[in-house]
Amino acid sequence: MGGFPWLTVLGAVPLAGSVGVGLLPRGRDLLAKRTALLVSLVALALALAVAIQFRPGGPRFQFTENYPWIPQFGIGYSLGVDGIALVLIGLSAILVPVVILASWNEVESGRSVKAFFSMLLMLEAMMIGVFAATDVFFFFVLFEASLVPMYFIIGSYGGPQRSYAAVKFLLYSLLGGLLMLVAVIGLYVLAGTFEFTRLTGLDIAAGTERWLFLGFFIAFAIKAPLWPFHTWLPDAAAQAPAGGAVLLVGVLDKAGTYGMIRYCLELFPNASRYFTPAIIALSVVGILYGALLAVGQADMKRLIAYTSLSHFGFIGLGIFAMTSQGQSGATLYMVNHGFATGALFLIAGFLMARNRSRLIDDYGGVQRVAPLLAGTFLVAGLSGLSLPGLNSFVSEFLVLVGTYTRYPVPAVLGTLGVILAALYILWLYQRTMTGPVSERVQNMQDLRPRELWAIGPLVALIIALGLYPKPVLDVINPAVQHTMQQVQVSDPPPEVPAAQGEGS
Amino acid sequence: MGTGLEWAWLLIALPLVSGAVLLIGGRRTDRWGHLLGVATPLASFAIGVYLFARMLGLPPEERHHDVSLFSWIPVGSFQVDVGLLLDPLAICFVLLITGVGSLIHIYSVGYMADDPDRRRFFGYLNLFVAAMLLLVLADNFLVLYVGWEGVGLASYLLIGFWYYKPSAAVAAKKAFIVNRVGDFGLSVAIMIMFTTFGTVSFGPIFDNVDAAGTGVVTAIGLLLLLGATGKSAQLPLQSWLLDAMEGPTPVSALIHAATMVTAGVYLVVRAGPIFEAAPQAQLAVAIVGAATALFGAIIGCGKDDIKKALAASTMSQIGYMHLAAGLGPAGYAFAIAHLLAHGFFKAGLFLGAGSVMHAMKDEVDMRRYGGLARVMPVTFVTFGFGYLAIVGFPGLSGYFTKDAIIEATFAFGGTAGTLLGAAALLGALLTAFYMSRVMFMTFFGDRRWADGVHPHESPRVMTWPMIALAVGSVAAGAVFTLGGRMVTFLESAVGAPEEHHAFNPFTPIGLATLAAMVLGAVIAWTSFGRRPVPSTAPKGSFVTVAARRDLYGDAVNESVFMRPGQWLTRTLVFFDNRGVDGLVNTLAAFVGGTSGRVRRLQTGFVRSYAMAMFVGAVAVVAALLLVRL
Repeated sequence: MGGFPWLTVLGAVPLAGSVGVGLLPRGRDLLAKRTALLVSLVALALALAVAIQFRPGGPRFQFTENYPWIPQFGIGYSLGVDGIALVLIGLSAILVPVVILASWNEVESGRSVKAFFSMLLMLEAMMIGVFAATDVFFFFVLFEASLVPMYFIIGSYGGPQRSYAAVKFLLYSLLGGLLMLVAVIGLYVLAGTFEFTRLTGLDIAAGTERWLFLGFFIAFAIKAPLWPFHTWLPDAAAQAPAGGAVLLVGVLDKAGTYGMIRYCLELFPNASRYFTPAIIALSVVGILYGALLAVGQADMKRLIAYTSLSHFGFIGLGIFAMTSQGQSGATLYMVNHGFATGALFLIAGFLMARNRSRLIDDYGGVQRVAPLLAGTFLVAGLSGLSLPGLNSFVSEFLVLVGTYTRYPVPAVLGTLGVILAALYILWLYQRTMTGPVSERVQNMQDLRPRELWAIGPLVALIIALGLYPKPVLDVINPAVQHTMQQVQVSDPPPEVPAAQGEGS
Repeated sequence: MGTGLEWAWLLIALPLVSGAVLLIGGRRTDRWGHLLGVATPLASFAIGVYLFARMLGLPPEERHHDVSLFSWIPVGSFQVDVGLLLDPLAICFVLLITGVGSLIHIYSVGYMADDPDRRRFFGYLNLFVAAMLLLVLADNFLVLYVGWEGVGLASYLLIGFWYYKPSAAVAAKKAFIVNRVGDFGLSVAIMIMFTTFGTVSFGPIFDNVDAAGTGVVTAIGLLLLLGATGKSAQLPLQSWLLDAMEGPTPVSALIHAATMVTAGVYLVVRAGPIFEAAPQAQLAVAIVGAATALFGAIIGCGKDDIKKALAASTMSQIGYMHLAAGLGPAGYAFAIAHLLAHGFFKAGLFLGAGSVMHAMKDEVDMRRYGGLARVMPVTFVTFGFGYLAIVGFPGLSGYFTKDAIIEATFAFGGTAGTLLGAAALLGALLTAFYMSRVMFMTFFGDRRWADGVHPHESPRVMTWPMIALAVGSVAAGAVFTLGGRMVTFLESAVGAPEEHHAFNPFTPIGLATLAAMVLGAVIAWTSFGRRPVPSTAPKGSFVTVAARRDLYGDAVNESVFMRPGQWLTRTLVFFDNRGVDGLVNTLAAFVGGTSGRVRRLQTGFVRSYAMAMFVGAVAVVAALLLVRL
């Protein structure tokens, strides 16, 4: 495309901001926060500019940039976005300012404020890079590097068991990363390049392809996480500060599902089809297992983490259903889940900032003292249980209907998760927000303006994307079509075609 | 063509906007919130009447207006638009929802006058009206589903309106979750429809339903029926409705009697072509309806709580509607006629019950009522008309609409027709019994009031809507049924029955129905009219005890779903913490030496990672090269 290097600038702004905030003198906390917020808003504006210029009908990868990085090994600094990457970059760019605003006073005294906000911006830069990279090695480097800021966010700013959770998170992720590195190098040996567009359509022996697929897939399945690679998630999400949990589950984990649809499917189409039944089974187990576990939790943040396990199961199901509805739905799900679960974690954080407890039983009757807080919690929760009319419904139904056309039984089993979702969300709401006002929440304050500014945009997006998801789907659809061509699958036709032409 | 019908979207938009204003505006809108809340359903009603008039001016085959508003979910061949379908069936519901809805809104201004959250109440009510209108106006199953869940949400919010009462919060959650089981059926049905037909729009599916296999269509029908049983509180998903009486009484009148709970009937009638192609599913609808008609009636006989007695009656009456809808085109018009008439008389009965509760300091136990006829004359007379209408007193609504259903059931023929008809007839007897019981216990006999209760008639803002509904209760049946008006009007939307029956009260079945009604009322009179009513409930026979406990519906759910579910959840939580995680932790401890060790792990971390990476990379390169050589 040439011209202005949009993606580089988009990544460089938060990176430079991170360094800048980190270099601020001690004690200038307010300046650090304001700078971080400003930088994240500039990044959001840039992301918007990219999104507006993106042409859904144009070439697959747009805003491409290619520079040799380590030419000896054919490693390039290559960027470019298709619809799938674009919406995930949009998700990151929206969530970071929200998190910064919501975490304004989250840092405990005695811990460095500027470092926290610097880490948030660093994470944003990494995430934008992960989604924008079109060189497999470059992707891998960013995929691994993004662990570092998250490790510090959990390990330094988290709850009482933060170091256990942080190390667990890091170990799991590194194990996955190691497997992926092996596969990345394997690919290089086979193809002599790391350039994504040249790696697709390789002719690899079936056995080798399957091993390489597993290298990538397990890394992504740990990151996402899919059942049974999930056990780090509840600890990490529960111990992380609320803002960290939002970015961890909302954005960082999406690198896993993004990796599946971008790298697993396109690099290893035959192996993907080979492993599809197994992955569908894992996804369905994850949907039901995560939902049942969520029902049984006593800790609010662990509960939300397990709901995410269930939701990641839906995303996995959609990706490997290999239909356009399934994959577009799964991609949209990644975005919607970021907003819905992000909002839930933020509100849980607001509750904890007031009551200093993650335990559900320490709440009760909050709606009476803090109706706004309860109201936003309910909207976010209803999105979590996929209420039609809200954003998550669109993506969840697309995933299920797309799965049903090819795999009816898993789709029906997955739909059972929808019943459980109502149970875990509404029971949580009942125990925390309704009933007589419990002693511990008597003097609880309702949302402050700053908190309202943070949560308001998410609630607005939850409603808007439920009523009119078309603009996002229009961006995602061509990319998914391309992926499906690459994997050589097409939608099963209806048995009795009844649609009357277009737009009926 | 400027038929005016394209303005249908305004019907939904008005209450939706005012609901949003009231809920987002918060306390700032407290002063005038209820006025806005009343104004928008009234405006929608006016539009509805206008559309109805326009529609009557059109020849029958043109009374079908499909308007696509915008593209909602376009992915590949899955193209779903938000579109509205205005046809005779839809307009019936539009008039019911906005007409009865407006009356109940007006009543609520008085009923909720002392509640500090009245504005929020109107916000939820408006939201409900908008969602219900979307449900009946949608032109495809997915948009219908949005309305379907939207009314479920409004119901959840309104049952739990007094959220600080734990019983209300539990009842709200229960209603939503039981409904979700039904929604499971509806959503799987939609998935099958898309897989089979490649669309979710009504028209194309109904036109091609004969080309699909019977097995598939039967599955769709049964799953739609599951959805209908949830929303309409039919067996086996009936258990939530009695608990839903925790909500304010106007909510019970509007949502849990007149409109939302009839959505299941709407769904079955709307999806008529599917059920006609799947006779077994259709028969299942009739069986579920007849069974619930009896089930609800038996529960109604045992309840001392006036609202619960009426709720059980609602369950039973909706059973009649499903029974009719399960008879196919022969019954559709009767189902809808009974539905509309029921909308009048049951809403009137609930508003009357609310008026009584208002007078009795929110007492709901009928054993603490008695002798209210003189103190509350307007309530007594309006409630009385509702009572006469529901038991089927000659000339009033229920007489025409219920009788039509019972006759059509017997006319269905075969063993099924006889059995279902007998059930319906028995239900009519029970209906007369439990409604007469309510009447005697509340308005007649000696005054069993608690100390300090001084009942009085309700203010005009409450009595006028009751009077309006009483007029409807008296007249609706005759207007709909005589001359086959409803049948003719709905013909273009739901198809015509094979033969028209002129209304004739002197058939054997008509006379039997009348006899059943008289018998039921007489039995009630001997037990509750002639004798004084004890103010604490006597022990009662085992049937009474079972009826008081909702025929053990909750007990079944608890032992079949809840307890095993709890056990499974606890086991999995244990397994996840100890099993999966424990294994991993043991492994970590093993790798890292002993446990405290996290620190040591951390320090040696980068180096061992780099080392591992290096070793791994070398191994892979070597392996691949070896394979190649």
